[in-house]
Amino acid sequence: MSAAPEATWVPRRYRVDAVRPELNDTVSLELAPAAGEAPAFEPGQFNMLYAFGIGEAAISLSGDPADRARLVHTVRAVGPVSRALAGLAVGASVGVRGPFGAGWPMSAARGRDLVLIAGGLGLAPLRPALLRVLADRAHYGRVAVLAGMRTPREVLFRAPLATWQGRTDLEVEVTVDRGDADWSGHVGVVTHLIPQLELDPRKATAFVCGPEVMMRHTAERLLTVGLEPTQLFVSMERNMKCAIGLCGHCQFGSAFVCKDGPVLRFDRIARALAVREL
Amino acid sequence: MRLEDLGEAVAGCTRTVEYLPGEYLLRVGAPADECFLIEQGRVALEVHAPARPPEVLLTLGPGDLVGLSWILPPYRWACDARAVQPVRVVAIDARRVRERCDADPRLGYHLLQGVLRAAIDRLQATRLQHLDVYRDPTS
Ligand SMILES: Cc1cc2nc3c(=O)[nH]c(=O)nc-3n(C[C@H](O)[C@H](O)[C@H](O)COP(=O)(O)OP(=O)(O)OC[C@H]3O[C@@H](n4cnc5c(N)ncnc54)[C@H](O)[C@@H]3O)c2cc1C
Ligand code: FES
Repeated sequence: MSAAPEATWVPRRYRVDAVRPELNDTVSLELAPAAGEAPAFEPGQFNMLYAFGIGEAAISLSGDPADRARLVHTVRAVGPVSRALAGLAVGASVGVRGPFGAGWPMSAARGRDLVLIAGGLGLAPLRPALLRVLADRAHYGRVAVLAGMRTPREVLFRAPLATWQGRTDLEVEVTVDRGDADWSGHVGVVTHLIPQLELDPRKATAFVCGPEVMMRHTAERLLTVGLEPTQLFVSMERNMKCAIGLCGHCQFGSAFVCKDGPVLRFDRIARALAVREL
Repeated sequence: MRLEDLGEAVAGCTRTVEYLPGEYLLRVGAPADECFLIEQGRVALEVHAPARPPEVLLTLGPGDLVGLSWILPPYRWACDARAVQPVRVVAIDARRVRERCDADPRLGYHLLQGVLRAAIDRLQATRLQHLDVYRDPTS
């Protein structure tokens, strides 16, 4: 599902309805359209958010795809645009173009076991996928979420993770790179948890999102436990300008991340992913 | 890993042991005479530095080998391993396994491959941990 033609070029004005602090440098923004409904989106898609007077950045949708009243975006302040977005107050205006790109293959994964593997902020684009699965739970097999975070204080979506951990129809494991005195959970990288799942590789599909080096290691580990490369999907990030496949800014190998991705099947990009600085 | 991954060298050299949370499977500096394959529960590998709380380097779970230093002299543990949950392990008599491997290098080679696989996986994971990939990219 891509944006209607007018939504591709002209930002639509949205109002910040709520600002949820997530981490020191990360907030979730709930955006309501100035008029009408928010557009439908697919889990894994992104919008171009325009901080008026400053610029645009690609930001994934992190809310419930069934909710047409608002859009939710989780923004980490790393540069001028994301800092301006993360600093918006309730009532402020923001421009939105989108939704863009190819999301997670939700339909193809129906009937299969599904493992969602997130690193840090990578949990944000996976959240809509999990919410879609939970709304349609009977149509998926085993569902597992593995989340790797930096420290216990930097666990993104702590409250939803705790709720998901309480469900009997989900396996949810959170690990941190560095623990502290109060942390009794897993310590170590997220890849270490993969063999413990004892996946049936013939039945499993994996969606992976996080920093590129984490996704590379995760993919290697998944392949080692026997997952088919065609059942492994990663969400790529590249600098974006037009977001509609015209400017070439986001080119990655032969793919345009904005149009062919951001979610790409691993076997189609494995070679490009191994090339340094691409 | 499974016990089979260590080959025939460990056959008949195992027993099942359970630990309560807080109990230590290994203590740094102690003789490395028995290693453990976790069947259930979670174990923390810890290092202690003076005047600092112990630091957890890594947690291990089902299928993980607790203790690698039993394979090479001086056969002493390099860190502590503490049960953080009720833990059930297969304890492997490292002395007997070493004797067998010395007597039969073919068994020893197979066993070394299994242990090395675990060691390499752990090394890769430590490298990734060291990269600190989730830090603020601008810091
Ligand atoms: C498809 C897609 C989805 C995205 N989803 C989100 C999202 O949900 N939330 C979010 O906060 N960001 C997301 N991003 C990343 C965001 O678009 C970029 O961080 C963007 O560059 C921010 O613009 P800026 O002007 O604030 O920072 P810039 O000036 O562009 O960057 C500031 C500094 O941060 C570094 N940097 C920027 N982004 C990253 C990164 N991702 N990893 C490591 N270093 C980086 C740059 O090299 C530079 O040094 C997404 C990007 C893509 C392509
Ligand atoms: S951002 Fe212009 S082609 Fe992708």
